[in-house]
Amino acid sequence: MKRFMLIAVLLASIGTLIFAAGAGEKAAPAVGTELTFWTFQDIHLPFYEKMATLWNKANPNRQIRFVGEVLPYEDMHTKLLVSLQAGTGAPDIVDIEIAKYPNFLKGNIQLAPLNDVIDPIRDKFVTSRLDIYSKDGKNYGLPFHVGAAVIYYNVEILKAAGVDPYSIKTWDDYMAAGKRVLARTGIPMTTLEVTEHWSFWPLIAQQGSDFLDKNGNVVLDNPTNVRTLQFLKDMLNSGVAIPTPGGFHHSEEYYGFMNDGGAASIWMPMWYMGRFTDYMPDLKGKILILPMPSFTPGGARSAGMGGTGTSVTLQARDQQLAKDFLIFAKGSVEGNHLIWTDLGFDPPRWDVWDDPVMKQANKYTEYFVNDDIFGMLLEIKDEILGVNINEKLPAVIDRLKSTVMIQALQQQNRTPAEALREATELTR
Amino acid sequence: MLTKSKLNAFKIAPYVFILPFILSFLIFYLYPIINTLIMSFQQVYPGQVEFIGMKNYQKLNNPEFKVAVKNSLRYTVYTIALLIPIPLLLAVLLNTGKRHYNTLYRSILYIPSLVSIVVAGTVMRLLFASSSRSVVNTVVGVLGVQPRQWLLAGPHQAMILLLILALWRWVGVNIIYFLSGLQNIPDELYEAADIDGASTLQKLWRVTIPLLKPTTIFVTTISIFGGFAMFEESFILWAGKPSPNNVGLTIVGHLYNKGFQEGEMGMASTIGIVLLIIVFFLSISFLKIFGFFKDEGKR
Repeated sequence: MKRFMLIAVLLASIGTLIFAAGAGEKAAPAVGTELTFWTFQDIHLPFYEKMATLWNKANPNRQIRFVGEVLPYEDMHTKLLVSLQAGTGAPDIVDIEIAKYPNFLKGNIQLAPLNDVIDPIRDKFVTSRLDIYSKDGKNYGLPFHVGAAVIYYNVEILKAAGVDPYSIKTWDDYMAAGKRVLARTGIPMTTLEVTEHWSFWPLIAQQGSDFLDKNGNVVLDNPTNVRTLQFLKDMLNSGVAIPTPGGFHHSEEYYGFMNDGGAASIWMPMWYMGRFTDYMPDLKGKILILPMPSFTPGGARSAGMGGTGTSVTLQARDQQLAKDFLIFAKGSVEGNHLIWTDLGFDPPRWDVWDDPVMKQANKYTEYFVNDDIFGMLLEIKDEILGVNINEKLPAVIDRLKSTVMIQALQQQNRTPAEALREATELTR
Repeated sequence: MLTKSKLNAFKIAPYVFILPFILSFLIFYLYPIINTLIMSFQQVYPGQVEFIGMKNYQKLNNPEFKVAVKNSLRYTVYTIALLIPIPLLLAVLLNTGKRHYNTLYRSILYIPSLVSIVVAGTVMRLLFASSSRSVVNTVVGVLGVQPRQWLLAGPHQAMILLLILALWRWVGVNIIYFLSGLQNIPDELYEAADIDGASTLQKLWRVTIPLLKPTTIFVTTISIFGGFAMFEESFILWAGKPSPNNVGLTIVGHLYNKGFQEGEMGMASTIGIVLLIIVFFLSISFLKIFGFFKDEGKR
């Protein structure tokens, strides 16, 4: 009897394993060339799967079998770096996050140049978005979005405090409104990331500053950055902002906190819309997206906080096919429409921005208070200042995550100037 | 007959027996160590490898590496301070008393070491999550303490969390070592001590602890290795992100960051070599101080 039970348990667990393994691959049809794909963001995967289906419809002679895999952020980049270094084990196509991208442009670059597939439609792209994934005139990655930084207001809380979000024009207005919200409702105006850089980067970028200058030198401790970090510190010390629960805006703790009406606003790039719809369902109908306040009246109200470059590795079994599929997915008009309707990203091809589909209702216009989210974006399209991506960026961002933000904002054992200077010296 | 005598003459048999070890040592230890040593003088990028002399070693003179060394050293000292006396006393307790209960307690204390660090670290992270609804915050809330962001709270709390994790995981293993050491102490010594009228405490101090010295030296040595090799715990506890203010940055963590996050394999090799040297000297001098080699020599 005992032995029978043992065998039964064994069989059951083997069965579970088989089902678990099968579940991941059910989407792939049996025919065609296999294209493997890694991403660190599960929101991205269904987009590629849809585009693969469209590709197979349009190209009966070049069928593909798309096999996507979602890995945790750090793990995926580590695994990719090691497999590219080792020369084996990398996927055909891969999503690489902007902060990690320069790591993959060192030495003999193990990614395939995409110039031949980009050139025919190069003039349709926002070129600054192509430049960030390039080296020596060769483009290695296709962007997902412009990544315009915007601010998301919880109108329910603002209404309770008697604050009109449209009247907030500058950061000084924002601070004043924050104090009013805090006084009337007891709820902080916003949360600041203390273990990541997204609360800081858009603010300095909209003033034309950055972590690196055009030539790739570290300018992290320049006066604008020090002043801006001091501004964030003042915001915390006045109670207008609190450190983000969990440390950053992608933590489970934060999603729960915000979903319960924990803070009245948050500034993040456009691509954060998907996090609202997927992780904060109770805020449906309460969130209004507006351009960020500016530092000076009439100043820039946004910054391009790109995110993901998708590349083809040199290890791809059929490089040309992988490249053709990639440009089809991210460079075609259909693809760019889907980037907006499904992912809620501001697509990198500017020639689709005026298409009717951009104004139609989708799951985002349903969720957010805005009726015409994309119209708001078009209004600020000339104010989306870019950032410099260079070899030093991963090291700088690591220091921001590990020391600068936490020392200057949460623990306050260093002044903003000291914290920024130390990190600058470490990375220069 | 001829072959047999030949075998004996050349004494091939012993070499055959140690061959598996020698081979695996050469392939999996010596070759990588030599290669790492070479790489520590190189800048290693995909397809581009060049010698850069001592530059990697010079770059080690930075605050981050110092923080890493300090953290590793502190962690090692604290784990030894906790993971020697506590398991020793528990082992002594488990060696007396009723056999039936002892087996139960032994199993309970041993089970944590079977849990993967990744699982344990993730559970720990969720227990101490900064949400006001996390388990620990709920418990301390009942006691009237404000909810806290435990994992972001600073170096002391971070170290305490790491030590709790280490203690929970390794006490059971060390108990096993000490129990086997206790079993080697002859009962006659205790009987003699009883006849001399020694108290329980005196027996512990005068008989048990001195006779457990070889076990204690062994456990301390592996704790030095374990302490300096610590990486997964802090990596998982902060979900793979850099720990706030580098409170959880260890030497191996620094190696990982350089090699796998920044793609500087040469620099990572340098850190590995320095770690090897540190651990080698620490354990050799520890063994020397406690007379480990002297004992061996006498025999």
